[in-house]
Amino acid sequence: MGSRSSHAAVIPNVDSIRRETGFSQASLVRLHHRFRALDRNKKGYLSRMDLQQIGALAVNPLGDRIIESFFPNGSQRVDFPGFVRVLAHFRPVEDEDTDQDPKKPEPLNSRRNKLHYAFQLYDLDRDGKISRHEMLQVLRLMVGVQVTEEQLENIADRTVQEADEDGDGAVSFLEFTKSLEKMDVEQKMSIRILK
Amino acid sequence: MLRAALSLLALPLAGAAEEPTQKPESQGEPLPGLELFRWQWHEVEAPYLVALWILVASLAKIVFHLSRKVTSLVPESCLLILLGLVLGGIVLAVAKKAEYQLEPGTFFLFLLPPIVLDSGYFMPSRLFFDNLGAILTYAVVGTLWNAFTTGAALWGLQQAGLVAPRVQAGLLDFLLFGSLISAVDPVAVLAVFEEVHVNETLFIIVFGESLLNDAVTVVLYKVCNSFVEMGSANVQATDYLKGVASLFVVSLGGAAVGLVFAFLLALTTRFTKRVRIIEPLLVFLLAYAAYLTAEMASLSAILAVTMCGLGCKKYVEANISHKSRTTVKYTMKTLASCAETVIFMLLGISAVDSSKWAWDSGLVLGTLIFILFFRALGVVLQTWMLNQFRLVPLDKIDQVVMSYGGLRGAVAFALVILLDRTKVPAKDYFVATTIVVVFFTVIVQGLTIKPLVKWLKVKRSEHHKPTLNQELHEHTFDHILAAVEDVVGHHGYHYWRDRWEQFDKKYLSQLLMRRSAYRIRDQIWDVYYRLNIRDAISFVDQGGHVLSSTGLTLPSMPSRNSVAETSVTNLLRESGSGACLDLQVIDTVRSGRDREDAVMHHLLCGGLYKPRRRYKASCSRHFISEDAQERQDKEVFQQNMKRRLESFKSTKHNICFTKSKPRPRKTGRRKKDGVANAEATNGKPRDLGFQDTAAVILTVESEEEEEESDSSETEKEDDEGIIFVARATSEVLQEGKISGSLEVCPSPRIIPPSPTCAEKELPWKSGQGDLAVYVSSETTKIVPVDMQTGWNQSMSSLESLASPPCNQAPTLTCLPPHPRGAEEPQAPLYPPSDPRPSFAFPPSLAKAGRSHSESSADLPQQQELQPLMGHKDHTHLSPGTTNSHWCIQFNRGSRL
Repeated sequence: MGSRSSHAAVIPNVDSIRRETGFSQASLVRLHHRFRALDRNKKGYLSRMDLQQIGALAVNPLGDRIIESFFPNGSQRVDFPGFVRVLAHFRPVEDEDTDQDPKKPEPLNSRRNKLHYAFQLYDLDRDGKISRHEMLQVLRLMVGVQVTEEQLENIADRTVQEADEDGDGAVSFLEFTKSLEKMDVEQKMSIRILK
Repeated sequence: MLRAALSLLALPLAGAAEEPTQKPESQGEPLPGLELFRWQWHEVEAPYLVALWILVASLAKIVFHLSRKVTSLVPESCLLILLGLVLGGIVLAVAKKAEYQLEPGTFFLFLLPPIVLDSGYFMPSRLFFDNLGAILTYAVVGTLWNAFTTGAALWGLQQAGLVAPRVQAGLLDFLLFGSLISAVDPVAVLAVFEEVHVNETLFIIVFGESLLNDAVTVVLYKVCNSFVEMGSANVQATDYLKGVASLFVVSLGGAAVGLVFAFLLALTTRFTKRVRIIEPLLVFLLAYAAYLTAEMASLSAILAVTMCGLGCKKYVEANISHKSRTTVKYTMKTLASCAETVIFMLLGISAVDSSKWAWDSGLVLGTLIFILFFRALGVVLQTWMLNQFRLVPLDKIDQVVMSYGGLRGAVAFALVILLDRTKVPAKDYFVATTIVVVFFTVIVQGLTIKPLVKWLKVKRSEHHKPTLNQELHEHTFDHILAAVEDVVGHHGYHYWRDRWEQFDKKYLSQLLMRRSAYRIRDQIWDVYYRLNIRDAISFVDQGGHVLSSTGLTLPSMPSRNSVAETSVTNLLRESGSGACLDLQVIDTVRSGRDREDAVMHHLLCGGLYKPRRRYKASCSRHFISEDAQERQDKEVFQQNMKRRLESFKSTKHNICFTKSKPRPRKTGRRKKDGVANAEATNGKPRDLGFQDTAAVILTVESEEEEEESDSSETEKEDDEGIIFVARATSEVLQEGKISGSLEVCPSPRIIPPSPTCAEKELPWKSGQGDLAVYVSSETTKIVPVDMQTGWNQSMSSLESLASPPCNQAPTLTCLPPHPRGAEEPQAPLYPPSDPRPSFAFPPSLAKAGRSHSESSADLPQQQELQPLMGHKDHTHLSPGTTNSHWCIQFNRGSRL
């Protein structure tokens, strides 16, 4: 326990991070540990290279996009609060999260924010819409190589049309949310250890 | 009334029961000479009785389901047990001895495997593995807990003097009894929970537990049994250790056997391309072999078959043909349902035989209370423990259902019958207690669990059709979670699942799946494929003439589809959006033969009901959901009608708007719409035009591997490539648009060639595979000439369209008059009042939605006017035009 508290003291602004992300002290300590392990040259921030060296991410079809999500607005580095902020999307929804007073900002792990995280992985050009082209790109990553380009395009068309309600040929965030309203996103976008 | 029916059913049985007793007498006296009539009961006795029992059970099921009220209140298993009791009583009364009981041998070798295979094969594997931790905990820890606590508590009860001293049993005997009575029974759980429809997680936990605890039960039972037989004095410490070790051997061994056979099965089905007919057989044989092998090695056979079914499904389903898949599914369900029915009935019959059991109230009551109490306690303790680790904790209500859903069944009964009376002197008491426990859990708990679930408001399962978005996003989520676990550096469940999937994709699927199957078995592709099939079926269902002229797909030419499509597409694109490439204006000079064909076709089309080809079966084992089927048929019908109506309108709409709205080429061509989603979204009017009438192109990839495509003769039936070109539904237009005028106005749309009018008229002209024989030689010869006229007409129609949009007027019809005159006699083919039985429109089931209700007024006439048009009609036939003139145009499409 003693070592843990000493670890926690190492983290700068630990309280504000906790308030923002809702992570427990133990989780933050663990994440900080991980952060420093990923940070090869002890430079105090992570670069894309640091994340790219994680072996399994290289084979993950969405690996690049997820790495990219740690670097908002084209920045080249991510510090610990930024790192934790992204991961906070995957904190499981707990009971105390739901009955928060409305004045507080929406917690990062709310359903909306979880969905938004997923949405922006699709929405490469950040225009708030998943275009057919963007959908096709994701599908190309996800679907096996054996499916021909023609078929992929068909699937992309259909996927967009399925969700597209206003007929603009693209999926807005609202439509994206709607297409998933039956899914238990809170559960499917949470990792238990990130309490 | 039910009773009467049952006793009637029982009569032949009673007769059959008497037969063997009468037989020896008649055999005793020598018969002189040649017999004119010989009664050979003995030679057929065994199979005859088996068949008869199954028949009785099936008939009983029919009787039960005559009344919906009864089956909705009482689970079938209860009814069957009661029926068994009645039948057993009758047999006992007639034959003066108990016959046809549940023999453990029969049960374990023949009745149990189909049920377990069914449940393993149709187990939702993702759900199962998502909850594997909980399932294993309940199955292993829970069963051990139940066995020991129940056994020990009963022993305590005996020490306290509450059990009559005539029950001669020591601690080991009670532990043995505890081990066999503690296991939740898969058959009973399945029978009851399938009707209750609790949410998936709860179901998979209870059900998975009941399947997996077999290993524990078997081990405990065997260990305790051998301890009892050795005598408690001779049991040494090493024996206990061996007992623990055997738990691992039996469970892991059983699972390993199952997986090995699953591998073999998957591998075998990879090579059955030429002998499709044995595919279902292979599935059953190898699964049964897994069961028997495990049984032979005294491993957990249930576990083996479960793992076999669970493991092989993905690959087998990909490899075997569509028909085999259906066969496997239905045969499996039939066998399982049959076995289950027989089990419950025989359970009832067995209970009647009072010679086998001896009653002791203390023991029976004690056991009942203990199993309920310890089950509940065990569940609460384990759930508390599990909830420390679970993402979604199991709440109190779940725990109540889980405790209450711990039904005991035929496995316990078979095991208790197997006890050796010389070694276990209290066997008769145990038998009686087991019967009571089984009956209590199945009947009382089975009856009350449904109201309980309702009362507690347990989250029920909800079924919704998968959408492409959900499927895609679910995959995305999986990948995201796996990636986040990587980033966090915690290798949890998602990490390992991702790893497994990669391994599966790289090696296992390559090895176990046919190459062509592997290609199309991507899950997203699969959903897309299924959605399209569903749409396409609903198209084809109604007329079967949505196939375009490009659809001259031969079964052996899998790649042709896309080639043809692309080329057409390119051609259309290159020629620019302004040019009319609508080849449908090309006329056909039609022979008398054709007309005859047309008449006949319309007659048949109107008079014959077209059965659905593919059924969407429900997940329930017992009901192949005939009412769902009916509903679906009606739905499909409604959708079709709606579609026709809408396309009728939208085509017209297009005509009016084509010039005013230049459309981007891409959207027009590329939008492939699914009917389903068009339906979902057509509530609000959106941008009209031909992006709404774009085509659905569904390319069903042939399962043929290309290099062997020439040898496809035997597989044609299920492996042919099909192209469906169908117009998507567009939204409803204002009703005022429907005027009585007739016009034929080819719109300069950029769509792949859709069926020409001639094809609509004579669907077999579309040149699709097996129908091609009907194409008469005259028509095919005409084609080149028509090409020329077609071009001319396209151009002229373009010109006509360049004028202001007043094409509603019949004068704008830009067609040569001659076919009209020729086809004048065709008009009576569409009598507005022609009663078509298949068009009985069920207004009560107006699921078809808003647009349908809006336009239903026009429906009756229009549906008759376009009985064969599908939904791509450029020829508009409207009612109320008899005063003007009928203009039915027959066009001949030329091939590109």
